Amino acid sequence: MRNKWLAAPYVGWMALFVVAPLVLVVVYALTTRDGSFTLDNFSNMLQYTSVFGRSFLLAGIATVLCILLGYPMAYFLARERGRLRSMATLLIMLPMWMNFLLRTYSWVFLLERNGFFNTLLSSIGLPKLDIINTEAAVVLGMVYNFLPFMVLPIFSVIVKIDHRVIEAAQDLGANSVQVFRRVIFPLSLPGVLSGVTMVFIPSVSTFVISRLLGGGMSMLVGDLIEMQFLGSAYNPHLGSAISLVMMVIVLVCMGIMNRFGEGEEEAVLL
Amino acid sequence: MKKTLALMLSLAMAASLMTGCVSSRGDNSGGDGTGSSSDGAQQTSGGEVNVYNWGEYIDESVLEDFEEATGIHVNYQMYDSNETMYSMIAGGGTDYDVVIPSDYMIARMIEEDMLEPLNFDNIPNFADIDPELKNPEYDPENLYSVPYMWGLMGVIYNTTMVDETDLGSWDLLWNEKYADDIVMIDNSRDAIGIALKRLGYSYNTTDAAQITEAVDTLLEQKPILQGYAMDEIFGKLEGANAAIGTYYYGDYLTMVENNPDLGFYIPEEGTNIYVDAMCILKDAPNKENAEIFINYMCSTEAGLKNCEEIWYSSPLLSVREELDPEVSSDPYAYPDETIMAQCESYAGLPQDILDLYDSEWTRLKSASVS
Repeated sequence: MRNKWLAAPYVGWMALFVVAPLVLVVVYALTTRDGSFTLDNFSNMLQYTSVFGRSFLLAGIATVLCILLGYPMAYFLARERGRLRSMATLLIMLPMWMNFLLRTYSWVFLLERNGFFNTLLSSIGLPKLDIINTEAAVVLGMVYNFLPFMVLPIFSVIVKIDHRVIEAAQDLGANSVQVFRRVIFPLSLPGVLSGVTMVFIPSVSTFVISRLLGGGMSMLVGDLIEMQFLGSAYNPHLGSAISLVMMVIVLVCMGIMNRFGEGEEEAVLL
Repeated sequence: MKKTLALMLSLAMAASLMTGCVSSRGDNSGGDGTGSSSDGAQQTSGGEVNVYNWGEYIDESVLEDFEEATGIHVNYQMYDSNETMYSMIAGGGTDYDVVIPSDYMIARMIEEDMLEPLNFDNIPNFADIDPELKNPEYDPENLYSVPYMWGLMGVIYNTTMVDETDLGSWDLLWNEKYADDIVMIDNSRDAIGIALKRLGYSYNTTDAAQITEAVDTLLEQKPILQGYAMDEIFGKLEGANAAIGTYYYGDYLTMVENNPDLGFYIPEEGTNIYVDAMCILKDAPNKENAEIFINYMCSTEAGLKNCEEIWYSSPLLSVREELDPEVSSDPYAYPDETIMAQCESYAGLPQDILDLYDSEWTRLKSASVS
């Protein structure tokens, strides 16, 4: 019973810095500039459907690319032993030790018209890569920044798969493709699901990546919200309403996904 | 005003929006450390002053000089646009004394009762301000503001990438020949203003139809743009990553040092002349120190140092005399009447037009380019 009090600092922290701001967001979303109740903030949002659509599309593409790139990587990493594995894990983690903004900024200089890649390409006689300030560059930024969040959860689930299960499948005559499809992949799904959560949510709400790599040409929900608080359009009430709707949509998405992976509670806990 | 750093700063601010995080420059001794020092006319008792200015808009050694001369500790913070500054102050929880907004934003802040009238007895150096810049439209009785820097906006282009025959008008920013080589300014007042001027309207129109028409032309322009940028423009133009941009003349002078191929012109339809002026916020905790600070910034010594660092035009007559003649005779830095006749400054706009700017700007920025 006494141990309960050990959680008090954490509960206090959450109440002060998570619950209280959320309450403020709700209050702001439901009021006008002079403080009276309104639902206009929500109806005004309809005109931004395309922004929501674009955010979910780009974040979705980035998430799929992260699975395609991250799964094989995590799989082979989990099969490796010893020094190579710890070296590879270190390499995956390494970029995360550096500030997110600086990493994204450096991509601007890499992709710029006369940037590193294009100088390199033209010096060996290849055509230039012209993707800075496009949606492709935004997706690239998302994949680059969030890929480790896909690899690591998948890796940590695959590594824990009981090897005897695989051997049993082989004994029963499954070839390697069948072993992967019928045994390893289903067992690794919780890792994939938690990877999807950890890639999709930050991607769908980012504003730094789209601003730096997208050149302000393809606005995402994050940019829209940022604009209401710090940008050209100062309207914290609309900003709060958009944030609230965003939160609800993300919650629903997560709910559906967790249903999809029913009985795999670790997915969210991981 | 501002280089890429300011973007970083605004992002850092976004992260700490509600906490109003204040990092003070230098040590944190605050008030009583150095004690008082009398310096001619100014008798002070130390203390501190909180200053909120544009990024890259000062020679930082001026702040040290000020601290040494007066014993007042300066807490110095930066922002990257008028709108960011306004949001931070309007959001509450800040305790800045001095802010340095542009003309139209000063008008808005006076209108919304956010500024404190200045006591000009404490700002004797105001006498040195160019009379042309006194009693401006944004502050008709000159109660709230003291000009800090001013300048012109114009088109900056790369002489090796743009044909000379295409120059001269704002139309260059809409010229499809340079598709994907144009970078448009990334704030609503300037961008919509450019479109209004190109159509022959006033910057300060309150006709909703004209503003909507201007934004429609910006929507036509969007597909040929490489992107929108504020201080990112430095890297774009200096590195020849884009051929055409629009920014402030002071910043052009900084850019051309790094890339001599750049050129600058004032479009024939006319352009914006802006003034950034020092103001004191309502209920500022250190009003007297703030006035001492403003006065110090109007001294010839500080004005000259700042001017030679950021290359914007100084409102101080004595600074203009001391400057290298090559600079003070620069027609775009200190323009004559013919150029001035082409210029219009931004005035304050009524709330319904400001709301229209916001929603139209969002309409432009959220549009898809296929």
